[in-house]
Amino acid sequence: MDTGTKRQFKQIGTRPARPDGVDKVKGRALYGADMSAPGQLTARILRSPHAHAEIVSIDISAAEALTGVKAVVTGKDLVAQDNPSLRDVQENILAMSKVLYDGHAVAAVAAVDADTARAALKLIKVTYRQLPHVTDVDAAMAADAPIVQPGRSLETVPPGMSANVTNQCQFGHGNLDAGFARADLIVTRSFTTAATHQGYIEPHACLASMNSDGKADLWCCTQGHYNVRAVCAAVLGMEASQLRVTASEIGGGFGGKTAVFIEPVALALSRKSGRPVKLVMTRDEVFKATGPTVATSIDVKIGMTKDGTITAADATLRYTGGAFPCGTVEMGASAAFAAYDLAAVRTIGWNVLTNRPKEAAFRAPGAPQAIYAVESVLDELCQKLNLDPLDMRLKNAARKGTLSSYGPTFDDIGLVATLEAAKRHPHYHAPLGKNQGRGLSAGFWFNFGGNTSVSMTINTDGTVSLQEGNPDIGGSRASISLMAAEELGIGYDKIRTIVADTASLGYNDITDGSRVTFAVGLATIHAARDAIQKMCKRAARLWGIDADAVDWIDGAAVPAGDNAGKFPPMTLAEIAASSHQTGGPLAGHYEFTADGAGVSFGVHLCDIEVDPETGHTSVLRYTVFQDAGKAIHPDYVEGQMQGGAVQGIGWALNEEYIYGADGRLQNAGFLDYRIPVASDLPNIDTVILEIPNPGHPYGVRGVGETPIVPPLAAVSNAVARAIGVRMTSLPMSPPRILKALTEG
Amino acid sequence: MKTIQVATTLNGDAVEFVCTPDEPLLDVLRNRLGLTGTKEGCGTGDCGACTITLDGRMVCACLVLAAEAEGASITTIEGMSNGDQLHPLQQAFIDHAALQCGICTPGILVAAKNLLDHNPDPTDNELRYWLAGNLCRCTGYDKIIAAVQSAAKQMRTA
Repeated sequence: MDTGTKRQFKQIGTRPARPDGVDKVKGRALYGADMSAPGQLTARILRSPHAHAEIVSIDISAAEALTGVKAVVTGKDLVAQDNPSLRDVQENILAMSKVLYDGHAVAAVAAVDADTARAALKLIKVTYRQLPHVTDVDAAMAADAPIVQPGRSLETVPPGMSANVTNQCQFGHGNLDAGFARADLIVTRSFTTAATHQGYIEPHACLASMNSDGKADLWCCTQGHYNVRAVCAAVLGMEASQLRVTASEIGGGFGGKTAVFIEPVALALSRKSGRPVKLVMTRDEVFKATGPTVATSIDVKIGMTKDGTITAADATLRYTGGAFPCGTVEMGASAAFAAYDLAAVRTIGWNVLTNRPKEAAFRAPGAPQAIYAVESVLDELCQKLNLDPLDMRLKNAARKGTLSSYGPTFDDIGLVATLEAAKRHPHYHAPLGKNQGRGLSAGFWFNFGGNTSVSMTINTDGTVSLQEGNPDIGGSRASISLMAAEELGIGYDKIRTIVADTASLGYNDITDGSRVTFAVGLATIHAARDAIQKMCKRAARLWGIDADAVDWIDGAAVPAGDNAGKFPPMTLAEIAASSHQTGGPLAGHYEFTADGAGVSFGVHLCDIEVDPETGHTSVLRYTVFQDAGKAIHPDYVEGQMQGGAVQGIGWALNEEYIYGADGRLQNAGFLDYRIPVASDLPNIDTVILEIPNPGHPYGVRGVGETPIVPPLAAVSNAVARAIGVRMTSLPMSPPRILKALTEG
Repeated sequence: MKTIQVATTLNGDAVEFVCTPDEPLLDVLRNRLGLTGTKEGCGTGDCGACTITLDGRMVCACLVLAAEAEGASITTIEGMSNGDQLHPLQQAFIDHAALQCGICTPGILVAAKNLLDHNPDPTDNELRYWLAGNLCRCTGYDKIIAAVQSAAKQMRTA
């Protein structure tokens, strides 16, 4: 692959208006709940009021008999899956023999209106036999803990552990004992982090229509409509070709809309009723039954010499992904020490079942928690050894050629450049006042490529219609259009990028792993090159020369050198206009599994002030430094950096899932689960570094996830320096800080 | 349930609708009148996605009973632009990339316009407190503040 890192771009790096902007500022863009169909029914879901119970029986007869009720479904209306992970998804969509958490879906009703549907839910008689529950990760690992699901432990789990431990992972290299023996100082700390929710403002919503011939259409807000199709087809026993899924505009996802919850329920109700069915979650359903993050308990031990060299690093991670097995701990254990070049490092991780909702990804899943713990201990070492925290990180930073703590050897990476940018920045040298503190943290995320398809049509008027298959969650239509414009050599405004439905374009993986600008961009570049090759052939035919003797420069075919012949450039518009006479319609395609997503590093600087009377923490100043590889549309790169940082600030200071002794969620609403509001925050300054990713022709790295990783420790380290007490439990809510201040 | 007939002025036009006594104005706007630009994020007045104005006062449409709108003047996001001419706030949101997913955007635009109607030159702090009832999970608010201030400046000099 050509790297082209020195390439001079004409359009990449500019900031044109996003193509869907006018629709969205006028309220015309259609999100999940904005679509309706003639004759549609309204659906509602009945949910478990218990944290853990056996379902003895479900009697739906009275609900079915209510006037206006057109269908009632339970778990028995779905096809039982053999594949364990798909079976978990299916049993999360509608419970089978047990309910595993407060809010677990049990049955659903479709009726002529919402009032009737709600009334019908009350007529469904579910007989439960309550079981002991456990919601705390450490409690669930105890020998006498209630067992959430027996028989789910993989062979990686050593004998003697609680049956709630589903998997164990381990990463690292080198001799830990020798490393710790060389240290001048060893700090060991234990941390906990609360589960948080992605907090997208748009609740899950869909409109399903299945006809008696088995053909179905589904409209839904999702980060991946091809995955929705796969899950729905499996649990409804359909063929993929019979189900067309269209992704609506999406009102936020952050990983939480990679999972499937309500779409199969709406389809099952539509199949049973013979009518279109609209199903929209309420906000408390979103909190109770969709993807929080893992809650964690983490031990970190790091040894350091007086000059700031890390001699050994060890971490033990206990994550709970809720009531179903969850692999997120492996990502946490891989990411924990990824920022550093270490001679001796080890991480061990366990996933533990608890009576909580099934975990869903939230931006860099698993990494913020692990890196929070590691970066907190590093900060404490710097305090105790009187070291500059940026110099210490620069001394130990991973570079090209570093054997990473999780196995691979790094190629070109941007951590050192990012740390140096932070050190140069005025923020790092600004004075602080009373009760104020400055914290910093590095952060890391792997990034992902994945299965991708892109098509583009060269229209006869010289414009281009581009189809991609990943919902636009934050300006991706703009960045995809920019890359197509750059490669084709035509104006950005000549291209219209649409998000195609599952029947109109080849398969695309979910919008996850910060993959879209990287992988869909790569496919777009190759689809453009495919179209260019075809256009060069047409020009060659018209000129009567060999196709190999034609180059593509600035949006036009030109003879490749003097030997090819003397012809004036033939523009894309000219080739397109004559295409029906020169061989037919023109298009470009590309389908592949993208590899080579470059890892991404960020460094955050944070100034805070703690009010000693209330324990309230104000964020005074915040700067995000991140390597974007190449920022295609810098506005939306900055937007990812700012948005991720603020989500992390919320995680550090406010956000948490609070369970009562009864195992029920106590704060299932935005009033009690408080995400940051405008008045909580300062401006979030951004500095984009561009260290090209060798795996992408323009150098692109994914940028969406890394920004949520550093804020937890950046804020916590700032608080530690402001109040002189090291907080080890997130969130650092005012009562916790007051307690730390009084108890020292 | 017995329905009530309600006469309002909606984005400048006389509009009549029927509703049930317990029906939120948000449901009437979205489900009966087809104005889906006003979004529902919570239904409990916590997120601001359904911000509209009722007789010039900023309200969450989910917390207003539709029957209360009798005789009132309602404005929603659909009434903000003048034909094909975007309001300066709308244009500024596009120019400053002040939206990512866009679900909170209609409510924030209505709220910001309501502020500028009363206070054409707000400080950043005033603006941040005014918008504190409108949750945005994507942007961190930075570009929203910049966009509103840019529009405010343009409107003051227009």
